[in-house]
Amino acid sequence: MSNDSLDPRVNRLKLGAAGEVIKVEEGENWNVYEVFHQDKRGAHHEHVGCVHAPDPLLALVFAKEQFARRKKCVNLWVVKSADILAFDVEDEDMFANNLEKTYRDASGFKVMEKINKFKQSK
Amino acid sequence: MSNNAALKDLIIKMADDELILGHRNSEWTGLGPVMEEDIAFSSMAQDKIGHAWALYRILHEDLGGEHPDRFAFIRSEKAFQSSHLVELPNGEYDFSLMRHFLFDQAETVRYESLQNSSFAPFQLLSKKVKGELKYHTLHADAWIMQLSNAGEESYARMQTALNNTIALAAGIFEASPEHEATLIADKVYPGEKELYHRWQERIYPVLVKSSLNLPDMSTITPVYGGRQGFHTEYLQPLLKEMGEVFNLDTEASW
Repeated sequence: MSNDSLDPRVNRLKLGAAGEVIKVEEGENWNVYEVFHQDKRGAHHEHVGCVHAPDPLLALVFAKEQFARRKKCVNLWVVKSADILAFDVEDEDMFANNLEKTYRDASGFKVMEKINKFKQSK
Repeated sequence: MSNNAALKDLIIKMADDELILGHRNSEWTGLGPVMEEDIAFSSMAQDKIGHAWALYRILHEDLGGEHPDRFAFIRSEKAFQSSHLVELPNGEYDFSLMRHFLFDQAETVRYESLQNSSFAPFQLLSKKVKGELKYHTLHADAWIMQLSNAGEESYARMQTALNNTIALAAGIFEASPEHEATLIADKVYPGEKELYHRWQERIYPVLVKSSLNLPDMSTITPVYGGRQGFHTEYLQPLLKEMGEVFNLDTEASW
């Protein structure tokens, strides 16, 4: 074999024999899964990293020890990275004019003062 | 309490199993098949040592036993009551995983039964370890199903691992001839025979999903002896290594 890899998963794929049909056995081809962490009920799941796993269940099993061992956690999501649809980097120009449209920002409205005043009046 | 000796016997065999298997599984740290699994398996090994410590503490605080560290590290091989299953060297990952699966399922039915124990410290401990054990068995089940369905070689190795491990695992349920009747009568736990049945009911559905054949349990001879202090040749070297630092100075304060 011409291209021994340090990663046994790569070696199992028996790459390098040009022309041969490669049959990948179920479970042999590990995927990358993105991990999302929820620190309390009702909160957003936040992206915290990724794990390699042969299927979604083991991805969840691995994610639990990788990302929920120390920090408070009530739930995790995993999703195959390949299933995430994203814009191309060169499409960044679609977002370019956002900065000129600050009138769309919700941050322009000063409501905290009014809210505080209302709270005090009670 | 009149059944102190019986309680001690039960606690020591449970704790010794946890300590020895925790130590064995920790030998995989840094050598696991993939990084994610290395971390998960090491973390569960630590949990096991934590369970052993909690049990040794009950022995120390509720039953007048020795300090947990001294009890774990200074005892002679003969005084250990661990089963042969947990003493064996790790071998390859198929054996280690199968042992992990069979042991943690057994641990789960045991702690579940202790939720209704007449011995209050058992009730508290069983509640405390419930979540950890849920994760351990989820991990074990997922791996057994994954590897048994991952091609011919993988399937054959898992079946062989099961065949080689089942009689050893059945040895977990070795009852004490002296104390078993007392423990059952005092409602400390339902007894080894009952747990053995519950355990088989628990592992069977996972093995079916994995297309693995459970050997006919009426034909196997459970590997007993550990609970009476008879051990394999592998326990003594393990104890020596495990207690190496502690025994440099047994009076040192950590």
